Amino acid sequence: MIEMVGVTLKLYASLGGYLPSEASRNCLETSVRAGTTVEEFIDAFGVPREACHLVLLNGVFQPPSVRSKTVLKEGDAVAVWPPVAGG
Amino acid sequence: MGWTRKILRVDLSSGKITTEPLNMDWAMQYLGQRGLATKYFTEEVDANVDPLGPENKIIYATGPLTGTMASTGGRYSVITKGALTNAIACSNSGGYFGAEMKFAGWDMVIVEGRSEKPVYLSIIDDKVELLDASEIWGTSVWNTDAWIKTKHQDPQTRVATIGVAAENGVLYAAVVNDLHRAAGRSGVGTVMGSKNLKAIAIRGTGGVKVKDGRAFMKATTAAKKVLVDNAVTGEGLPMYGTQVLMNVINEAGALPTRNSRDVQFEGAHDISAEAMAAPRGSDGETNLQTNQACFGSTIACGRISKIDTKHFSVQNKPEYWHASGGLEYEAAWALGSNTGVDDLEALTYANFICNEQGLDPISFGATVSAAMELYEDGVISTENTGGIELKFGSAEALTKCVELTGLGEGFGKELGMGSARLTAKYGRPELSMTCKSQEFPAYDPRGIQGMGLTYATSNRGGCHLRSYTVSSEILGIPEKTDPLSTDGKPALVKAFQDATAAVDSAGLCVFTTFAWTLDDIAPQVDAGCEGDWTPEKLLETGERIWNMERMFNHRAGFTAEDDKLPERLMKDAAKTGPAKGLTAGVEKMLPEYYELRGWTPDGVPTNETLSRLAL
Repeated sequence: MIEMVGVTLKLYASLGGYLPSEASRNCLETSVRAGTTVEEFIDAFGVPREACHLVLLNGVFQPPSVRSKTVLKEGDAVAVWPPVAGG
Repeated sequence: MGWTRKILRVDLSSGKITTEPLNMDWAMQYLGQRGLATKYFTEEVDANVDPLGPENKIIYATGPLTGTMASTGGRYSVITKGALTNAIACSNSGGYFGAEMKFAGWDMVIVEGRSEKPVYLSIIDDKVELLDASEIWGTSVWNTDAWIKTKHQDPQTRVATIGVAAENGVLYAAVVNDLHRAAGRSGVGTVMGSKNLKAIAIRGTGGVKVKDGRAFMKATTAAKKVLVDNAVTGEGLPMYGTQVLMNVINEAGALPTRNSRDVQFEGAHDISAEAMAAPRGSDGETNLQTNQACFGSTIACGRISKIDTKHFSVQNKPEYWHASGGLEYEAAWALGSNTGVDDLEALTYANFICNEQGLDPISFGATVSAAMELYEDGVISTENTGGIELKFGSAEALTKCVELTGLGEGFGKELGMGSARLTAKYGRPELSMTCKSQEFPAYDPRGIQGMGLTYATSNRGGCHLRSYTVSSEILGIPEKTDPLSTDGKPALVKAFQDATAAVDSAGLCVFTTFAWTLDDIAPQVDAGCEGDWTPEKLLETGERIWNMERMFNHRAGFTAEDDKLPERLMKDAAKTGPAKGLTAGVEKMLPEYYELRGWTPDGVPTNETLSRLAL
């Protein structure tokens, strides 16, 4: 039996369109195979990697270099933005 | 060039209007706008002056690149001693008013004294008059703008004015120009109101000369390409505005919520940029109608919004059914998560009223949130509030409070004092989320440590725009640093403070620095102005300005004791998010910051530092 973990994906600003229709408020609760990395998770939704400027895992910044190495755990939330700023 | 080299001086007490040449020695040292006007101010005004007395002065100042073809070159600042803070105040605004001042031929307008009767200052190129404002005294920003344009029979007239809030002594009243751009912070509008000066109306028909036209065009064109090609300034800011930060900062666990009791808001999405752009269930329209640019800006981050006409706040009020200045991030935070209100339309209405009556939405919202905590703690009741049930999350309470504060009626008079005075009055000063009596904005220092040092050391009181380390700590611009660590933050804050002072003083928008460095800015300043402006010289100028402001505050009685954050941030750890368990580490950072600044352990610039900076 394939082990799955429950995770959340949040795609904001122009990336919101990559979420499936069942998503609500820019947020999708789903499950992935155990061992899935942050990068694989985002890739599965067709989000271009170059558009993933700001990636937070449970609110903590994920540099591009670690996204392919960080394995998702049960309850993790990944939030992604294109280049944005404010103030 | 760049500068018009002319200053207008207006004595409201005598009605005398004079002109004088710009002190070019000072321009070489302080560049313009914030720096140069603060030099004039600190030379002419005693630091211990009563902010609301006739001895205080108020300066409206442009930078050398204001009104030029440099991108975002439309900024001006209002410099005075702040009514809210009793500290040096410099409040910066965009729109079109600043550029018009340059077109009329003036680098700055210095206003002194106090008029016996309400007046407004009319500037049409060299024709300058003080005119009767009794008909518009007691009326709103929006009415004043329309009245002056009609009277002058010139829709191109640019107006900077106070609303009713300033006339009624609200201590965080703003100067609003072009209907919804504001020099919002520190109570600069209150100072203007204390002088019986309702507005300044400007029409200019000249241009701005630069030192080397060919080099200036080359430098500004290259710099514009940098802004357009940059994903943040070329796409992110125009499309989503500053409000896109709402979900970012909430996810990062640094969104001050319910008077900083919490650092994350469950309703953040409902008041975010994404919500502004989504069709409403009620009428199918979007809150956000379009974006808007200030003079010369190739970024165009401004928001223009429309309230749902069926929303309770505007029922039977058609005057608020049109599109007007929408929510920026700081306003949405102050009026929203900080009060626990997740009703986007109510927030937009409150923002409209802040623009209409001339209120700083940051200080207003933060004062309401402090009052809500007083109410929920049972310190005040409906007897104090005039019947308002001032609970966190109440959109009805928020909208009633903004109406009362704007008009200076009922409980609005108490809210107009700001949170420091309000909470002190009721014996709970620890509930005021302020630094130097000014409410700090939308970033909790427990989750973004550099912002704690930013707030504590800001010369104008709690403020994000003096060193926006969020750029590095959260957004990774120019390089990513850890928001939860204090390591390296004193140097980061100092670098941001000095560079920002230079950008402000040039007359440019600080948002350009999401793409530009001083290497992009210096060639534009140097091609526009005499003085051999290099990145190094700009940075040194910024450091000089910072120390000049600090010395004014020192003379006004501020000490290292004032470089502190509210107790809540120092003692109560964040309850959720990445910063869970952390408090603000500002006390750890201050000694290193003082040392880097060349200040004594008590936070006073040493003679050596002052000498090095020619102060």
